[in-house]
Parts: sequence; structure tokens; C-alpha cells
Amino acid sequence: MEQIAFACLSVFTLACALGMVLSKNAVNGAMGLLLCLAGIAGLFVQLHAYLLAFILVLVYGGAIVMLFLFIIMLLDMQGGQPWKFRKLQLVGTLVSAALLIVGLNLLAVHGQFGSGAPVGKGVGSSLDYYSYQLFTTYLLPTQVLGFLLLIAMLGVIVLSRRHPETPEAR
Amino acid sequence: MTPTLDAYVILSAALFAIGFLGVLVRRNTLVIYMCLELMLAAATLALVAFSRFNGTEDGDVFVFFILTVAAAEVAVGLAIIVALFKARQTVQVDQLDSLKH
Repeated sequence: MEQIAFACLSVFTLACALGMVLSKNAVNGAMGLLLCLAGIAGLFVQLHAYLLAFILVLVYGGAIVMLFLFIIMLLDMQGGQPWKFRKLQLVGTLVSAALLIVGLNLLAVHGQFGSGAPVGKGVGSSLDYYSYQLFTTYLLPTQVLGFLLLIAMLGVIVLSRRHPETPEAR
Repeated sequence: MTPTLDAYVILSAALFAIGFLGVLVRRNTLVIYMCLELMLAAATLALVAFSRFNGTEDGDVFVFFILTVAAAEVAVGLAIIVALFKARQTVQVDQLDSLKH
């Protein structure tokens, strides 16, 4: 039963990701990204990370993809070539695909993946585990991330401000 | 019968590869950015799978950090793209070649 659900979810996720990469229209691409993230959230549920699945849909689906859609419609981009293969890109794609296949093969053969069942019962939706970890072991990264968010907010404000000394359009 | 760790890791590598393919072949800056987001999401999938199968659950906390950094990154990146569009009237990477040569 879990195998069938995993197979369906993975095929759905991969198909949506491919649709995002190959669609000519940027809005369709954003919709493909949204569906792909929904598939990943389903996989999180299968891995017993319910809270993370919820947050993924909330932050990625609710905030990030919506922001992308806003910007796509704001800029109203039309025309231009959607994709193009150059020789260098083809070589890069082939080399990276070969490296990926070799690396995965090495990991599966020599690595410590094992074929065992999951250990433990998973975090699930227990908020107290996350909050305990965030305020004890990971206190410093949490603080640093708070500063990062503050700096990002200031950066967006500075970037989107109009500069009177520079001409708006050339 | 549950899916093995191999299946999850291979799926996340495939998602990462699709995102990388998009970064390589697409010409639109916004679509390239969406493909970058897909690569980040693939990495979170691998983290959650590893922490579930090893019983450590530290990877789950790291996904929190990745989500936060991704949100900050998208906000700043989209602001840069809008500023770029205001200055150059295009977001196609073929035409944004001031740093070339």
C-alpha cells in the first residue's frame, strides 16, 4: 500500500517538475512548481513529517509561488526563446548526469544506505520536539536566521526604492 | 512494505537533476529562479528521508532553516529581478550580457 502511494507520488512529482522545466509559459511553470511542491509535501507525510509538510505547503505554496506569480504578471514577459541548447551546455549536462549516475551507484553499492525499515517513530507533528531543539541545540542558527531575515527585509526595501539620481529607463 | 531509503534518495536526486537541467537550458531569469527553488526542495526531501531512516531527526530541524533561507532568498532575488527589469526592460539572460567579454 505504501509502495503504491510512494510510486504514485513520485511519478506525479517528477512529471510536474518536468512540466515546469519544459513549459513555454512562465505561469504554467509556476503552477507546475506548486503541484511539484504538493507532491513533495505528500512524500513528507509518508515520511511521518506532518508538520514539515504543512509548513512546506504554507511557506512554499502560499508565499513563494504566489510571489513568483505576482512578479510574472507584474513584468508581463512575452517573447524570447524559452530554451536553447548550446554546445557547452550540452557537455555540462552530460558530464553532470554521468557524475550523478556514478555517484548514486557508488552510494547504493558501497554506501551505508542499507535496506532496513525506518528507525524510530518519526517526529510527526510534535511541535514540542522542534521548539525544544530550536531553543537548545540550534539556538545560535536560529538567532543568525533572525538576523538574516531582518537583513533581507532591509535589502528588499533598499532595492525596491526609487533612486532619484539614476534614470528610471534608458 | 515501505519504500526504502534508496528510493527516496534517488527520487530526490532526480528532482535535483531536473532543476539543474532547467537552470542550464532555460533563458528566462524567473524560470531559472523557480528551478533553483526546485533544487532546494529536492535537498529538503533527502534530508527528511535520511533523518527518518536513521532515527536522528536532526535533518527535520535543518529543513526549517532551509525553508527560512529560501524565503529570504526569494524575496531578495525577486526584488533584484524587478530592479533589473526596470533598468534593462528585459529578463532574458541572452540580453543581459553587460558582464560578458
